[in-house]
Amino acid sequence: MTVATRETPTDEALLHEDAMPTSAPEPAPDTDGAVRTNKLILIAESGDLEKTWATTILASSAAASGMEVSIFFTFWGFMALVRPEKRTFGETWMQKMLSVMNRPGVDHLKLSRLNFMGMGPWMMGVLAKKYGVAKPGELLDAAMAMGVKILPCQMSMDMFGLKREDLIDGIEEPVGAATVLAMIADGTPALFI
Amino acid sequence: MTIETAQTLDARHLSCPMPIIKTAIAMKGLVSGQLLEVRATDPGSVKDFAAWAQTTGNVLLESNVQDGVYRFVLRKK
Repeated sequence: MTVATRETPTDEALLHEDAMPTSAPEPAPDTDGAVRTNKLILIAESGDLEKTWATTILASSAAASGMEVSIFFTFWGFMALVRPEKRTFGETWMQKMLSVMNRPGVDHLKLSRLNFMGMGPWMMGVLAKKYGVAKPGELLDAAMAMGVKILPCQMSMDMFGLKREDLIDGIEEPVGAATVLAMIADGTPALFI
Repeated sequence: MTIETAQTLDARHLSCPMPIIKTAIAMKGLVSGQLLEVRATDPGSVKDFAAWAQTTGNVLLESNVQDGVYRFVLRKK
């Protein structure tokens, strides 16, 4: 059920089929005979800028290291999956109000500390540019281009009143906690961010 | 001994994790045994490239620094 992950743009090289890093589907036996895991699941629960940054850095690095990565976006973390140009969403007045108070989109995340009405994130953006640090949005694009699976949480989607067309392209079908737990039960390490 | 590199990647002025991501993408375009040279300015890349090589099975042949530019030579597995 791969939904055209390749459509997400970053750079031409990323989009090229041959440019995908190797991701062996099965754990590769180590030199000493021990089996190493090559899968990782990240649970992106926080919508904070700095945590989403950590999530996207880990996901893209793991994919670059040949790991099979999935990110389950839930609760506030879900806001990163809303199209950045989307200003409001929701069906009911409560959902609409929530979206106005908490502007969605990976480009509009707030810092958990020192946000100062957006001055903190702006300063982080200036520093990131100066030091050649890719922003969460760019890293998410790169991760998706390298085959990282994006799993949206069905419950969050329903509760926030979000529709499929409100979300970015190239993501998987919405799933629930049981799907994530089944992956963990299979032995895939999970990080809750 | 002169080593012929198949490709040179400029990852200077990029921070973690972009040098590794660009390296992984460049590696995909090479065939087994070919060499990739990467230039970076991120001091963390010294340990990162060694770790990445270990994780992916590609061989880190050279890792040195000159005038603040780190140079890595990797052989595709």
